[in-house]
This record gives sequence, C-alpha cells and structure tokens, in this order.
Amino acid sequence: MSEIKARPAKDFTNAPMCLSGRGVTKVFGLGDKKTVAVDHVDFDFHVGEFVSIVGESGSGKTTLSKMLLGLLNASEGEIQFMGKPRDISTGAKKREYWKGIQAIFQDPFSSFNVFHKIDSVLLDCINMRGGRNLPKEKKIEMMTEACSFVNLKFAELTNKYPFELSGGQMQRLMIARIFLLKPKILLADEPTSMVDACSRATILDMLLDLRDETGMTIIFITHDIGLAYYISDTVYIMEHGKFVEFGKADEVIINPQAAYTKRLISDVPKIHEEWDLSTVDLKAN
Amino acid sequence: MGKKILEVRNLKTKYITRFHEDVFAVDGVSFDIEEGKSLGVAGESGCGKSTLALSMMGYYFPPLHYISGDIIIDGKNISGMDPDAVRKNILGTEIAYIPQAAMNALNPTQRIIRFVEDVIRVHEPGASKKDIRERATQRFAELGLPASVLDKHAVELSGGMKQRTVIAISTILSPKVLIADEPSSALDVTSQKMVIKMMRELMEKGYIKSMLFITHELPLLYNVTDDIMVMYAGQIVEKGTAKEMVFDPTHPYSHGLMGSILVPEEGTRGAKLTAIPGTPPNLKKPPQGCRFAERCKYARPECRYTGIPERFFGENDSRMYRCLMGVDELKEVYSHE
Amino acid sequence: MKNTLRQVFHSSKFVVGFVIFVAILLTMFIYPLVNPGNPLQMIGVGTFAKPGTYVSLYDATKTNTETFRLPDADEKRLVKLLTDADRVAMVEWFDAMGISVEGLDISDTDALLDMWKANYDPAAKPKGMTQAKRNFYKRLNNSIAEIGAAETLIITEKNEETGELEEQGKITKTDYVNTSAVANVKTLPLGTDNFGRDVLKELISAAGTSLLIGLLAGAVATLVGLTLGLLSGYVGGVVDDIIMFITNIFTVIPGFVLLILISYSIGQEQRGATVVALVIGLTSWTWTTRSVRSQVISLRNRDHVNLSKLSGHNLVRIIVTDILPYIASYVVMAFILQVSSGILAEAQLSLLGLGPRTTEVPTLGLMMNWAMLYSAHTNGSWWAYFPVILTITLISFSLNLMNTGLDQVFNPTLRD
Repeated sequence: MSEIKARPAKDFTNAPMCLSGRGVTKVFGLGDKKTVAVDHVDFDFHVGEFVSIVGESGSGKTTLSKMLLGLLNASEGEIQFMGKPRDISTGAKKREYWKGIQAIFQDPFSSFNVFHKIDSVLLDCINMRGGRNLPKEKKIEMMTEACSFVNLKFAELTNKYPFELSGGQMQRLMIARIFLLKPKILLADEPTSMVDACSRATILDMLLDLRDETGMTIIFITHDIGLAYYISDTVYIMEHGKFVEFGKADEVIINPQAAYTKRLISDVPKIHEEWDLSTVDLKAN
Repeated sequence: MGKKILEVRNLKTKYITRFHEDVFAVDGVSFDIEEGKSLGVAGESGCGKSTLALSMMGYYFPPLHYISGDIIIDGKNISGMDPDAVRKNILGTEIAYIPQAAMNALNPTQRIIRFVEDVIRVHEPGASKKDIRERATQRFAELGLPASVLDKHAVELSGGMKQRTVIAISTILSPKVLIADEPSSALDVTSQKMVIKMMRELMEKGYIKSMLFITHELPLLYNVTDDIMVMYAGQIVEKGTAKEMVFDPTHPYSHGLMGSILVPEEGTRGAKLTAIPGTPPNLKKPPQGCRFAERCKYARPECRYTGIPERFFGENDSRMYRCLMGVDELKEVYSHE
Repeated sequence: MKNTLRQVFHSSKFVVGFVIFVAILLTMFIYPLVNPGNPLQMIGVGTFAKPGTYVSLYDATKTNTETFRLPDADEKRLVKLLTDADRVAMVEWFDAMGISVEGLDISDTDALLDMWKANYDPAAKPKGMTQAKRNFYKRLNNSIAEIGAAETLIITEKNEETGELEEQGKITKTDYVNTSAVANVKTLPLGTDNFGRDVLKELISAAGTSLLIGLLAGAVATLVGLTLGLLSGYVGGVVDDIIMFITNIFTVIPGFVLLILISYSIGQEQRGATVVALVIGLTSWTWTTRSVRSQVISLRNRDHVNLSKLSGHNLVRIIVTDILPYIASYVVMAFILQVSSGILAEAQLSLLGLGPRTTEVPTLGLMMNWAMLYSAHTNGSWWAYFPVILTITLISFSLNLMNTGLDQVFNPTLRD
C-alpha cells in the first residue's frame, strides 16, 4: 500500500494555449432525426493543464472527445491546436495531428488488440516516434523505462498478451504507451471507471506524474465529479452538449454557480456531509 | 437485539470452468441481518460479492455450484432445497434479487402489468386480473410510481424509471430479504438517488424486512446501509457499522479501500489517497494463509501460511475482522503513516 | 491460439463432425490407392447389377474342384430355385382344385413338393382357369421335375475339325471350387449403375470432386463476401451504399434461380467442374457480405481500432491486423457453411441436368441425375442413389456439426 499525495491546483490563465475551440458542434442525423450531441462549445486548454470534463451519460462528452481526437469531424466550429487552426482534412495530416494527441480509453479490455503481444504494442510506439532504426538494446531500454514508470516489470511482460493482465495493469500499460509517445495532449476518457478503487489511485497518480514530468496537457473525461475535483486544475461541467460551467476545480466544486452543477454535486453520495434523501421527489419523472 | 431475518452460515459455492477447474468464489461466508436492518457488501471486482448474491438465492445453475453451508431465512433453511421448489416457494416471497442489469430484463413487447401478473401468479395461481391490478396500483402509488406505468411498455420508460419499476415488481409480494447487486450503478446520479430513496421507503413501510446491498461505490454504501462488510477473495475480511467501517477501518485491506474514497467535498482535494498494489489471488488455488498477505504492507512471514482467525472486538463483539494482528497493533501502525 | 484450439476440441459437436469429415477424407485418399483405376470405366454391359460378389463362371469351371457331400445342399438348391411366386401359384392350384391346404406351410419345400406330386394332374381343367394359366402350371411342373433330376452337367466344346461336341468335363452336384482359386472374382459392394460402372468407386471419386467443388465455391464466396463486407463495413459512406445496393439486389433475386439461369446460359460444353464451382461461389457471397459487414461495423468503433488509428496505421493495416483477426473465427464458420451449401447446390444443379458435363468426372449430383434418368428409384436399384444421398448428408452433416461446435466456442451466448 502506498500513499498518493494530492497536488495543489495551479493557475493556467496566462499559460500558452494548447487546444482551443470556438462554437464546436456535432450534429448526428438529418431532418427530424437530427440530434445535437455537442452544441456550440468553447474551450481553452492550456499547455500543462489538467482539465476535467464532467458530464453524465448522454451529455455529449464522449462525442466531444472523439472530435478533439480527430476521430469525428465537427459539424461546425473551429478547433485550434498549438495556436494554429487544426487541419485534419487528409490522412497524412491526420497522422501528423495524432503525433500530438493520444488517448486512453475507458475499457482497457477492448483497448488492446488481443492478438498483439505487449512488446509489439510498445515497440509500435517507438517506431511511431521515429525510433524504427534504433538498435534493439536501445529499444528494450526505452520499453523497460516506460514500464518502470508505471510500476510494471518489462521483463515479465514480454511474450504476454494484454488480456493476461488485470484491468488496472492494462491501463498502466496504456500510460506506458503514452510515456513512450510523449504527445502534447493526452485525452483520457474515463480511464478509471472500470478499474477497482485500489488501482484507481495508482493510475491517477501516474497521470499526474506524467503531466508533471513531460508538461503535457491532460484532458480527463469523467462522470465522477469527486474524482474530477481531486485530480484536476480546471473543471468543465457538461450538460446536454453544452458547458454549463467551467473554472478552477476548487471554485466550481466548492462554490458552484450553475443550477446543474449544484444539483450534480448535491446528488452525489458523500461521507462527511449528509446525503439528503428527503428532498427527493419520487413522483418526479 | 432484533429478530434475525437472514442467517448465512459458512456458505461455500464454486464455479466450474469449461476446463473442469473449480473456482472457489464464495469460501466460507457467515453473517446475519436483523429485522429492519440493511447490510452492505463492498469489495473490488472478482472478490465474490456478486457470486454471494447469486448463491444466497439457493437457486443454482451451472457454472455456479453449491458446496456447503446454510442460508436461513426467518428460521427456514433454503440451502438444500430443490431449485424448482426454491423458484416456487422462496423467490419473490422470501427473497427478491435485483441485479445491475435488471432494467434490461423487461421484455419490450409486454406491458408492465404482465410482469406483475407473472410474479403474483407463480405464488397465487388463481389471482384475478382485477385483483392484481388493484394491488399493483396501490403498491406503485405508495412507492411514488404513477399508475400509468402499468400499461406502458418498458421502452417507454427512462432508465431510472425502469429500474424502479423492476424493484417495485420484484418486491410486490413483500419478500423478507431484498438482495440488490449494484442496482443503481448504471444510472445517473439523480436517478440513483431516486432508486435509493425508493428502497428506503420499502424498508420503512415494512414491505421488505432486510436488505443486502452490494456495490463497489463506498460513499453510496455508507449512505444506504446500516452495516458494511468488506469481501476479499471470497471471504469476509471485516464487518462493522457503516460509520465505523468508513472512518475507523481495522483490516489493512479495508483501510486501503476506505482511503481511496473520492467525494466532491471540501477537504478531499488535499487528502492523500491510498493505493494497494498487486492483484487479488487466483481463486482456483486460494492461498493457504492470509489471502491479502501478498499485497499487505504489514504482512509478516507467518501470515502466508497460518490460518487466519476471525477476531471480534468492540461493544458486544459487534465488529469482526480477519487478521493476525490485534486491533491496537493495527491502530499503532496506521497512526505512523 | 493454443487455448482456442483446446476449447474447439473440447466441444463434442465439433469433434464428432471433425471425426466424420476426416473419415470421409481418408476414405477418399486411401480407397483409390487400394483400388486404382478409372472410376468412370464401364465394367458391366448390363445396367444396375446388384451389390455382391461376382465369380467368373468360365474360370470356375476351369478350377480344380473338391467334392463335398453337404446334407442340406439339395434343400438349399430347391429353396433357391422354387421362388416365392411359384409357391404361391402352387397353392392357388390346390385351391382351384378344391384341395384343402390346411396345415400346409409353403416355406416347407418338401411338404409342398410331396403334395404337388400327389395332386397335380396336367389334364385337369380347374373351373375358370385360362389356357395360359394351365400352360404356366405345365411349365412349372416340368421345372419342378427337373429339380430332382440332372445329377450331372456336361461341359462340351466344339471340335473345329469334326464339328462334333466333345466332352471336356463334368460338373456334379457335389463339386465345389474355392473362390480364392478362381481367377476372376469381383466384389461390387454397391453394385453397378446404369452404365455398368462400379458404384462404390464412382461414389468415392464423386465425393472428392463434389468436395473440391464445394471448397472452391466456398472459397470464392467467402473471399468475395469477406472483401466486400470489410470494405463496406469499415470504409462506410458511399462505398457502403454501393456495395449494399449490389448485395441487396443479389439477395432479392432467388439465388437458385440465378444459378440455374447462369448454368443454362453457359452451355453444356463449357460447364466443367471448375466452372460450376465458380458459378456457385459467385452467386452465394451475399450472406457472407452482410454478416461480415455487420461484424465490422460493430468492430469499427472499438477502442483498439481507434487506438490503431491514433498510432497512425493506414487503412489496409488496420483492416488486416485490427479487424480481420477478430472476425477470423466467424469467417471460418461462414466458410464451412459455404462449403456445405456449395456441395448441396452442385447436387441440386446436377440433379436438374445442369451440372458439369458428364464425360470427365463423376460428382454426387451427377450420380443422382443418372440414377434418376435411368429410373433407379422405380426399379428398386437403391444402391445407385441411396449411398449418394447418404454421402451428401454425411458431408454436410459433419460440416454443419463442426460449424455449430465452433459457434459454441466463439459465441459466448451459446455456451452451456
């Protein structure tokens, strides 16, 4: 057992911009079946910032994350990456963009190709960073370093398949992958929601270490407002495709302004404050 | 002390895998719940908490198999019963079970009232439609569900409403024990609160006499149940009241678990989080000694091969934990951190 | 991989299917080695020789004999010569003459003959009996009389010079030859067909051809279906629309009708086994396309595919390494089913006379077609078609059983 220490929130208002968006919108379907998943959102993510996007299921946070990753094209709006408009119109440009942004997904069991061994997953990252021609020893050294960063032993992982690991170990392997790739932005889409509470703390700590060490921007997508509060510098609260509130974690959680944020915080069970069930109206739908 | 509604004595069940290997998922679990009380089960995935819920019903189908132990509901031992007899006489009236995906169990082509009829008619084959509808309407009204739900199809209801409807249907015969396995985990926080509120109403109005609530969300467990027990690798490692367990855990595993709680409250931000490295043991071959020893920071050599006794302490020996170290000894080590 | 194989061979269904299939395959390889020769050689001049062992009568007479005095030899001979129809006719005579047949057992040859000798009168004219019928009884009486007589058969040969018949040897009722000493003995376990061909040999060769046709048809259908399904499912958009449009058209037109029309328009001369296999393959890919497409669509949005995209892999690499392995088991199952349905389609086509041209190779369907054309089913020559049906059934049964077994392993919802 180890203790994970909390990091004080930093102020990023004057830090350089990493990823920003204006009027970003995603509409699915046409005519009567039209649904607006993300509705004209604006955001500014700074270099080195740990941002959480909090929303319940159906709030559009996953659609937004796919757009940020460039896996989905925005229907409207502009996204700027490192101060320049993002261009992902062709395959080559997309691949160039993906050198700067990487992701960790929610379900570790479906994030890995089950037919690929762990070493080939990591080797792929080295190749992607232009290390294809490095000597074998150097590659092994890099992979060992990445694994030890996430507290895994590389020697024990060679010739193993990802599904032979536990969920928590797989997510740590994902972080090792990011460690090798060193992108400018890491988008973590609920990386701990399918991991046990005991392993969760380890993963959060590694993400914070990763940020501190490499200075990358981490966009953390979650439905758990307590988790977002604990880990992030800045929190964006999302409801029905819109950001209803954003700001420094302490300010948003301790002194919420938007009605939705207030309700969200009051509805989450707590341990020191009373979880008031008397106000619940069962007749409300 | 209240009347014991549910007693489980040394329950052991196993899964048999496709390769005919035994996995001892519930390995000697004993506890009881008194009338009007609720008990929570906490633990990480794979610790056997969901298997415990399945095993409690006395209704076994492969790959789950019963080994030994007793499940006594209000003085009646159901552990050795024939599955068909269990289905006809126990499920619904003595025990009701709500799994996480319960809301997906509703056949979308049927109206809700049909499910109510099905449930009631297993036990009262002659019940008239009119009578059933009256009973259902009354019970639904008391639980805050509109009567119009009865004539709707499952697809017309929201997730939270569906889950509440399922709970209302499964408890329509006023079972003595309600087993809820992550009943609100798939719902948003607002619907979760409504589900919990409804379960509390069920208890308060006496429609269910006791409840076993299983979840991995500790803050929820703390707010819902009177007592909490922590399961690890098929065994109960610690048991106590909710307050004691959250704020004063004894067993190193519970200590770690409670140290990982994150809630949106002032003070959480600066707190330290506990992480427990490693993975739970393989239950095909459970370790000889303490099952947590591999991951325990305070483990001693003898922990790995000595049988670990259940120890009792507190008022009336109400708290139990399973460790070689004494309470004071453990408090001492925790205080140094 | 190893674990998957272990699971596959744990499925009793798969194992049973596999054993049957391997047994059929082994027979196809080993039998021609043991019994070589052209399977289409017409060995018999007549049609539909019954299954059994045939001994050359000529060689038998030239073979050294042994004398055995077997006590029941005469009786067996009588039983064989006096057919059931003859016995019934004899009883009819007794009835017509008003002689009581009470207590007579017509299978008791001695009693029957005794009664016949005692009562038959060639001059008698039973009431209502036609002249032809009376003549029949006269002939019957003569042949019955012969049964007891003719102790010895004499073999004669015509002397070229004198033109006289010279006695070469005698065959008595007690002469026996050892079948292994006879120069020519032919066992035909399944008799011969309408062209006088050995049905067993033909069948084994036909099963091989049919299986090859099935494999080729299955491979073509699976390959086309897989390629279109992968493209349609993964690329999506306009490509998906176009491919699905074509697939839907092919789905709507009844496949078998299409197959018949294409086979007919190709013409008898061009229709070799390969062409028939290709035609079958090219009309049955739609099912594979649709199911592969739906599988790919569900895989397309999986995280490991997204991750592969983020890693900068191109379309081909993503399809080959991130999609194909996941649907491989499914494709194998589809292939097995396609092979099975290919064999059946060939049989159906050939039965209608649209199979491969008949001079080169036998196929299971052609054998059925021949049997049907020469009325094997009406004249009781079961051996010409029944073993063929059984073989088709066994092959598709074993293939389907393997498919179900695989399905149980790969589809967790069917696990028991």
